[in-house]
Amino acid sequence: MIKLGFVYLLAGLTFAGFAIYSARDAANPKRFGNAAFWGLTALGFLAGDRLGDLGNGVLVLGLAILGGLGLVGRGGRPLAPSGDRLASAERLGNRIFVPALVLPLVVAIGVLALKPVQIGGVPLMDPKQATLISLALAVIAAVAAALVLLRQPLSAPLQEGERLVNTVGWAILLPQYLAALGAVFAAAGVGKEIGILVTTYLPVDTRLAAVSVYCVGMAAFTMAMGNAFAAFPVLTGGVALPILVGQFGGNPAVICSIGMLSGYCGTLLTPLAANFNLVPPALLEIPDRYAVIKTQVPTALLMLIVNVVLMYVLAFQK
Amino acid sequence: MLILLGVGVIVVGFAVGLNPLLVVVIAAFTSGLLAHMTPLQVLAAFGHAYNENRFVSIAYLVVLPLVGTLERAGVREQAARIIARLRGVSAGRFLISYMVLRQLTTAIGLMSIAGQAQTIRPLVAPMAEAAAERANGPPAPETRAAIRAMSAATDNVAVFFSEDIFVALGSVLLMVGFLASAKIVMDPIRLSVWAIPSALAALAIHAVRLLLFDLRLARGAGPDAGGDAP
Repeated sequence: MIKLGFVYLLAGLTFAGFAIYSARDAANPKRFGNAAFWGLTALGFLAGDRLGDLGNGVLVLGLAILGGLGLVGRGGRPLAPSGDRLASAERLGNRIFVPALVLPLVVAIGVLALKPVQIGGVPLMDPKQATLISLALAVIAAVAAALVLLRQPLSAPLQEGERLVNTVGWAILLPQYLAALGAVFAAAGVGKEIGILVTTYLPVDTRLAAVSVYCVGMAAFTMAMGNAFAAFPVLTGGVALPILVGQFGGNPAVICSIGMLSGYCGTLLTPLAANFNLVPPALLEIPDRYAVIKTQVPTALLMLIVNVVLMYVLAFQK
Repeated sequence: MLILLGVGVIVVGFAVGLNPLLVVVIAAFTSGLLAHMTPLQVLAAFGHAYNENRFVSIAYLVVLPLVGTLERAGVREQAARIIARLRGVSAGRFLISYMVLRQLTTAIGLMSIAGQAQTIRPLVAPMAEAAAERANGPPAPETRAAIRAMSAATDNVAVFFSEDIFVALGSVLLMVGFLASAKIVMDPIRLSVWAIPSALAALAIHAVRLLLFDLRLARGAGPDAGGDAP
C-alpha cells in the first residue's frame, strides 16, 4: 500500500536537492543559510518520525532562528533569459502544455479510478490520503513528460525548483508553522476561552442576532485561529446547537453548512491562513505581502453578509 | 483570559513586521507558558504538531520542480501568446471563466488539479496579464501586481466556496463527525447541498468585481489617466 510516507520521501529528497543547489549558487551571499534551511526542511520530511517530539521541536526552533535572523537570502538564480524562453515557446508551441495537462489528468485518474483499487484485499493507496498520493504520482509523471517531450535537461527539475523555492523563501514553511501553532493553542485552551467570551458577552436573544453572532463569530474566530476547522466545534457547540437549533428550531444541516462557509470568509481575511494568503504573493513576486488579502476583502465581507441572510432565510423554513 | 495573549502576540508581531516564523514560535511559548506548560513541554508539543502537519503545504512543495521546468521551457510566454491572439478577451472575463471551471471541478472533488503554484503562477496570472495588455497596452508595475493578486484571490474564492459541495471532503466529514458527537445523525449529502447557494452567490459577487476590475484597468490605461493616479 502506498502511504503518505511516500509523498514525504519525495518531498524530502526534493528539498535535499534544493539544499545542494542552493549551496552551489555563488551569486547568493547567504547561500549556506539557504542550504542549511532547506537541508533542515528535508530532514524533517525524511526523518521526522524518528526525531522524537523534542527533536522536532529543536528542528523547528533552528529553522525559525535561521529565517528570523535573516540568514536565508531571497536570491534564487535567474530564470533562463526571456529571449531564450520566447524562442523555446515558439519552437514547442502548444506541446508545452502537455505536461501541464498530465498533472490534472493523473490526479483525476488517481482520485476517481485508482483509489478503490485493491490488490489481494489491500488497497493500492491509503484511501484517506489518495489526493496527496495521486498528486505526487502526477508530479513524477508530468516531470517525466516535460523532460522527454520538451527536451529539458535532467538537472532542470531540481535547479528550476530551487530557483522557485528561493523566490518564496522561508514563507513556504509558514503554513506548517501555523498549523502547529493551532495545536499548541488548542492544548493551551485558547479556543475554549474565546468560545466562553462569545457566548457570555454577545446578544443571542433574537433569531437574527443569534444567526449574526454565529456567522460573524465563525469568521472572526477563524481569523484569530487561521483555520475554520478550529472555529467550527467551538462556536457550533457554543452557539449554533444550543440556541439556533435547540431554542429557535433551525435545520442543523443548513446551519452547519453555511456556518462553515462563514468561517471561510474569515480565512480570506487572515494572514494566519498563509497557504492561501501569504505564500501566493511571494510566489507571484508581488511586493506587498498583504496584496492578496487586500484584494479579497470586498468579496469576503459581501459573502459574510450573504451567508447571514441565507442562513436566516433557509434554516428556519417549516 | 491571559492565554489569549498568544493571539495578541501574532497580531502585534505580524503588524510590526517581525519574521513570521519567529512570531509563531513566540506566540506558541506565550500561550503555552501561560497555560502552565514547561518550556520543554511547549517545545515538544510544537515539534510534535509540526511533524504531524507535514501534509499541510506538501501540495505546494512537490509541484515546484515541475513548475520550474515548465517555466524554463517558456510555458508562461506560450500562455501569454495564446491569450494575445484571442479577440475580445479581458483580464476580468478570463478570470471569470477560470473561476467557473475551478468551481465545477472542485465541486466534484478535483480540488488539487489546480492551485496557486501549479496553475496561477505558470498559467493563469500570465494569461490575465496578457489579456490586460492586449486590451489596454502594457500594464504599469503596480497594475501588474494588482492583476496577479486578483488572479490568486480568484483561485481562493473559487475553491473556498465550492469545496464543501463535494461530500467526501475533510470539512464535510468534520461536520458529520462533530454532529454525531452531539447525537445528531447527518447524511453528508444534506450538508453538501446547502453549500450550493453560497457557491452561486460567490460566483455572482466575484464576477461583478472582476468586471469592475476590467473597467478600472481600462480607465487606468486611458489616454488622460497618465501621471500619478492612485
